[in-house]
Amino acid sequence: MAVAPEQLIYEGTRIPSPTPSVLQVPEDLRASEDILNINFGPNHPSTHGVLRLVVDLHGEEVVGLAAVVGYLHTGFEKNMEQKSWWKAITYAPRIDYLAFQNNELVFVLAVEKLLGLEVPGRATWMRMLLAELNRIHSHLVWLGTAALEIGAISMFWYCFRERDRILDLFELVAGARMHTRYFQVGGLAEDIPPGFFGECAKFVELMPKAIDDYEGLVDRNPIWLERTKSLGLLSADDAIALGQSGPVLRGSGVDWDLRRAQPYLTYDQVDFRVPVYQEGDVWARYRVRMEEMRESVRIVDQALRRMPDGPWIADDRKVVLPPREELHTSMESLIYHFKIVTEGFRVPEGEVYTAVESPRGELGCYVVSDGGPKPWRVKFRAPSFVALQATATCMSGALIADMIAIVGSLDTLMGEVDR
Amino acid sequence: MVEVRETHGETTLVVDTPRIVEAARHLRDELGFNFLSDVTATDYLGWGAKSVSGYIGTPTGRDLNKPSTQGYQRLPQPKPRRFSVSYHLLGLRAGAPRVRLQAWIDDGETVPTLVGVWPTADWHEREAWDMMGIRFDGHPNLSRILMEDDWEGHPLRKDYPIGGEPVRFSGEE
Repeated sequence: MAVAPEQLIYEGTRIPSPTPSVLQVPEDLRASEDILNINFGPNHPSTHGVLRLVVDLHGEEVVGLAAVVGYLHTGFEKNMEQKSWWKAITYAPRIDYLAFQNNELVFVLAVEKLLGLEVPGRATWMRMLLAELNRIHSHLVWLGTAALEIGAISMFWYCFRERDRILDLFELVAGARMHTRYFQVGGLAEDIPPGFFGECAKFVELMPKAIDDYEGLVDRNPIWLERTKSLGLLSADDAIALGQSGPVLRGSGVDWDLRRAQPYLTYDQVDFRVPVYQEGDVWARYRVRMEEMRESVRIVDQALRRMPDGPWIADDRKVVLPPREELHTSMESLIYHFKIVTEGFRVPEGEVYTAVESPRGELGCYVVSDGGPKPWRVKFRAPSFVALQATATCMSGALIADMIAIVGSLDTLMGEVDR
Repeated sequence: MVEVRETHGETTLVVDTPRIVEAARHLRDELGFNFLSDVTATDYLGWGAKSVSGYIGTPTGRDLNKPSTQGYQRLPQPKPRRFSVSYHLLGLRAGAPRVRLQAWIDDGETVPTLVGVWPTADWHEREAWDMMGIRFDGHPNLSRILMEDDWEGHPLRKDYPIGGEPVRFSGEE
């Protein structure tokens, strides 16, 4: 596996010093009267939510930049400490409201790792299928909004057309269009409804054509190329030093994907390609996401064909709710049901860190249990939070007009940044 | 190096807090853990204080005065200090090896910063300071990141109550 990039994007490092996330106005310009300090956000239509950028401008050139976050801080991690394990699952998807199933997944995987629980094959395959649909969903919203910010308005409508189809699929499976909470510790909350496979197969057929549509709209559009090529450069070494992951890292020429490097679920049994681009610019990140959508469709297709039959949740009465019909006939089931619902199940003492490849990169979850029915500590490694640190490096020498495209290309989601 | 633990297939290296930069450089340059995933601070105030629950007898005893409490089935292992700071490292190479570097400190003690080793530690350490009140020695810009600049207290500490934030414009002011 060749991790290193083939070509150098720029010599040396561009990470600002001493503070890696703050671009400071150069010494010789500091006394100049031409420096304009402007406040961009926190409430601006193109800041992807509530990001605030304090920018120093010298003419049109950005010479100083500091990102200010925290406007959407909701204390998810604190709240999760107050809830029993299975109630805490509900919080996880709300952290990243576009990649909700990946967030759910990483938390559930962490709890299962602590419990040492075996998950049945049907649940594992379905989790992978939904995680990939979710990746397409997240990339579609990214593509739509990032293109909108650059000025390609019609892209937004096309992307949201397909996004709606995905939300329909989620609704079919879980009853909710977003924040499905379909992943349960031990498997899935319910069996997969029979109508799902047909609907999903229709989507698999439709989606590659839709991606052709998007590419037809912008791929050879001179305005789009002008506004994405050679902008927001980030070299492979800088990307690794700044902890970048996901499409940003792969757009900088680093061949790294947790789905392949550290296979979880059943990613080692399906065939997919990891797109890598060497340019390290906004265009490369865009291309990586487009190709990832195609690969995700392929994974969904394979999962649909190979979905095994059998139970959808582990048979462990200490952790998993007993089947509904047993409650009327079995006293023991009723007791377990009551205990799990009121007190919650207990998770053995320990600390684990699990990571999955979310649409935005390495999404990690660090969980500490003290052996009780509630988590002692939950911490999410949010890929967007880390991606925003690269803003200063990507923006060095950029123009104010390119700032939107560059910040957009990092695909940050403020709900996840601030948690 | 103080201790090495292997649990749940994960390796934890507990190091002497003042020597953490040395350990991090060694792990990065000699052992190839070139990627810092995450920095997490955890507060262990009141760890194991709920005692053993009344229903189940264990080696550490059974509290007959508190039947049906929501205590532990077994007391958790005691922790050496109040706070742990965990650095999750990853090697970007085949096999994706991971290791957890851990330092233990008490309230008011400091940890040397790792910004010089991994620039990505910048915001992670600011978050640990903001949420847990861990001071990082030598950090270039250790200010609050998620809470506002004039916030009092560190919300993720165990002695910070949920719903404990001051209510503004409440009429009592």
